[in-house]
Amino acid sequence: MYQEVILDHYKHPHGRGLRAGQAEVHHVNPTCGDEITLRVRMEGTVIGDVSYEGQGCSISQASASVLNDLLVGKDVAEASRIQETFLELMQSKGRVEPDDEMEDLLEDAVAFAGVSKYPARVKCALLSWMAWKDATAQALSTAPTEETV
Amino acid sequence: MTATSPEGRVLPGLLDTEAIRKDFPILDRTVHDGQKLVYLDNAATSQKPRQVLDTLASYYERYNANVHRGVHTLAEEATAAYEDARDKIAAFINAPSRDEVIFTKNASESLNLVANMLGWADEPYRVDRDTEIVITEMEHHSNIVPWQLLSQRTGATLKWFGLTDDFRLDLSDIEQVITEKTKIVSFVLVSNILGTVNPVEAIVRRAQEVGALVCIDASQAAPHMVMDVQALGADFVAFTGHKMLGPTGIGVLWGRQELLEDLPPFLGGGEMIETVSMHSSTYAPAPHKFEAGTPPIAQAIGLGTAVDYLTAIGMDKIAAHEHAITEYALSRLREVPDLRLIGPVTGEDRGAAISFTLGDIHPHDVGQVLDEQGIAVRVGHHCARPVCLRYGIPATTRASFYLYSSPAEVDALVEGLEQVRNFFG
Ligand SMILES: Cc1ncc(COP(=O)(O)O)c(C=O)c1O
Repeated sequence: MYQEVILDHYKHPHGRGLRAGQAEVHHVNPTCGDEITLRVRMEGTVIGDVSYEGQGCSISQASASVLNDLLVGKDVAEASRIQETFLELMQSKGRVEPDDEMEDLLEDAVAFAGVSKYPARVKCALLSWMAWKDATAQALSTAPTEETV
Repeated sequence: MTATSPEGRVLPGLLDTEAIRKDFPILDRTVHDGQKLVYLDNAATSQKPRQVLDTLASYYERYNANVHRGVHTLAEEATAAYEDARDKIAAFINAPSRDEVIFTKNASESLNLVANMLGWADEPYRVDRDTEIVITEMEHHSNIVPWQLLSQRTGATLKWFGLTDDFRLDLSDIEQVITEKTKIVSFVLVSNILGTVNPVEAIVRRAQEVGALVCIDASQAAPHMVMDVQALGADFVAFTGHKMLGPTGIGVLWGRQELLEDLPPFLGGGEMIETVSMHSSTYAPAPHKFEAGTPPIAQAIGLGTAVDYLTAIGMDKIAAHEHAITEYALSRLREVPDLRLIGPVTGEDRGAAISFTLGDIHPHDVGQVLDEQGIAVRVGHHCARPVCLRYGIPATTRASFYLYSSPAEVDALVEGLEQVRNFFG
């Protein structure tokens, strides 16, 4: 389950730290105490930035780093497609073997396929992705370019 | 017996774990393609000896029937075995009377039962807005939430003892915490996260001075040490069967007889009544007053067998064994770089659950990499989140031992942690 890619992102996280955005959310995983504070800055329909701060296990931290890599710069529709595909992979209980199309879409995030076999850890992998979804919905419902946090 | 650890240290007081382990079929299994199981999660639940498994099977195979409700042979046999289990538990905890032993489904239910008895009680036990409830910051959630609920429902003030930097109860302000207004003091005898053994006498003495009742959560004590409810001096003692070689689904509440006579029932139903009309009912005497509905029959009988098993080995010998293993584990864990013990650093007044953090490596990662080597530990806040908040840590890794734990398993843990460090280092 601990793929080299995951350990790399854990040890050298991308985009960590809180920067300006239009919405901020705080999500916790009550069973293990993993926490994340995440902000989204939209530029029109494009994800301008996803910034975050948190504490937790290697899986939850690496997953936030991968999310930052994957989603920043994408149109929100494309980003949502990636999020949904990642969610599907993580809920597959190890039964989905990522194909080429999925690999193209998810890039480093396919490394988490192995995590889906460990029910206790799926929530860790999904923490930042759920936070992102929540924050993005909030950001889209506020004034388009106003930075509120 | 005096044994030597694999690396040559002398450990007095060890049990013959090789012989004991033969009674626990599960300890022979392997995990992850052939890794030998090293089960160090005994504070969460213990494994069960063959004797207990056989008792469960023979109940269902030979005399399964409802209790207290039939004149046929099976019903009589089941009732006799169920009540016999009560006798065994009463003897195990040195209860003055068998009628003081109430079967519940677990320690959580036992503690909720006490809280609800007091919430519905008349004077002088009644908990209301002018009174106070005292707990500690070291409690399992099962001994926090029922009291929070009681305080919210009655308006009573909830107070608690804080913790010292060396992982013990801070009783320095005991006279301000336990006052004339205090109705009930409920605290854990042995902490499931820190391993700390708490000073019962000092707390009971102060509670008695002000006329408060005392409830002890003995979930991590009853499996591991000689239990004598009379010596403890409390009014209620709660524990749970599955942590002491018994099945899940069975717990115990011991309560002082006079109190059980005076206090109102909580759950209503079959078995707990004397007569019922459409307008009102009268209740059976304790313990039945507090056992509404069909009880966990097989589980109670199974717990009786578990207690037989523990008694045959001797609770004093089990305590000595665990003390030796704990001392050994503490000394070996001290050798692991970046390991910080979250709990007393010596074996004095300490149980066999050892929590720690390992540098910045998250306990989930520690637990996962240990699991890959067959080593089962618990990670997280151990249902004692206030303790984690108190010491500024998100979670811990906890290794916890029992009568079948061996020094070799301690060594496996230490080697496993070395691998964890290499992996995330
Ligand atoms: C100290 C303590 N109290 C209460 C409990 C609750 O036991 P149960 O879950 O069996 O009700 C536990 C175990 O989890 C415990 O360790």
